[in-house]
Amino acid sequence: MTMPTNREIIDDLTFASDEMTDFVGLRARLAAHADREGLLDVSYRTMDSPIGPLLLAATPAGLVRVAFEGENHDDVLVELATAISPRILRSPRGVDEVARQLDEYFAGRRRVFEVPVDLQLSRGFRRAVLQHLLEIPYGVRESYAVVATAAGNSRAVRAAGTACATNPIPLVVPCHRVVRSDGTYGQYRGGPAAKHTLLTMEATG
Amino acid sequence: MQPFEEVVAQHSPVVMRVCRALLGPIEADDAWSETFLAALRAYPDLRPESNIRGWLVTIAHRKAIDHIRARKRAPEPADDLPERLPAGGGGPEPDDTELHSALAALPFKQRGAVVYRYLADLPYAEVAALLECSEAAARRNAADGIARLRRDYQKDES
Repeated sequence: MTMPTNREIIDDLTFASDEMTDFVGLRARLAAHADREGLLDVSYRTMDSPIGPLLLAATPAGLVRVAFEGENHDDVLVELATAISPRILRSPRGVDEVARQLDEYFAGRRRVFEVPVDLQLSRGFRRAVLQHLLEIPYGVRESYAVVATAAGNSRAVRAAGTACATNPIPLVVPCHRVVRSDGTYGQYRGGPAAKHTLLTMEATG
Repeated sequence: MQPFEEVVAQHSPVVMRVCRALLGPIEADDAWSETFLAALRAYPDLRPESNIRGWLVTIAHRKAIDHIRARKRAPEPADDLPERLPAGGGGPEPDDTELHSALAALPFKQRGAVVYRYLADLPYAEVAALLECSEAAARRNAADGIARLRRDYQKDES
């Protein structure tokens, strides 16, 4: 028998706690409890898709943000903490159902999303544009000019383009269905390749 | 402000070390959950320059005190006592359970000083604030506590 050093005592106490705790289970229960207490302002998860990993985030009102890999998911979460609330936890609340429907969409088995959306990150004319985008059906393409008119200002074609390019909920709010009047695809938050993939899929699906 | 998920990811282990060392394995999970739930509630109002680890350990300290007071108020009937790991057998790390038992046997101020100084890595000024004593007393309690643990917990050479 020898007397242990301070370091050994501290390491053993630390090890016993760190190794014998089910942190995954504890964190899942914390998120569920927070939701019940009304403290989960933003829940999120990630998912794989044919156009790369996606971040899905929801408030109690509905899906509030879909982010592409190129946007850097960590940066997007910090933006949400500032714009909505820092009470953000990884949780299935409101986002697992979105992921399920997106999986079906990418598999060609779904044409309409049936999930509530929260448009709080957009205001004014941009929000009017997003509301109109929700009405463009699967497989249909509209020009920026048509979108501007439908959103209430036929001269605001450039602003309609900006609204599409900054759409916080791409895919579910289908800004990819808006193209230039000459038929070229135009810009997309997820990159031109992703927009091409989606339009091709919808044209053949 | 960083998303609360980041706070949980970074500080889960240290909060659990504190809860487990102060309360033992049975109540530690509840105290951990209560700590993070209370922290989540207050998080939007936290000053940006705050030391988050110190803040969380302070909340965990209060939750642990609540548990200890509740025990004193309502001692559990014997047949409700949760099963504990038998000393030296059954658990994956019987030595560690033994060490936690040795820690649990320390007077509260010594235990607190050891936990906050050595497991939570707080400066003595913060340890003293938590234990409501002078910095000198916090140093003495931490030194006495760890010395007693070293005496009580002697490892086999095997």
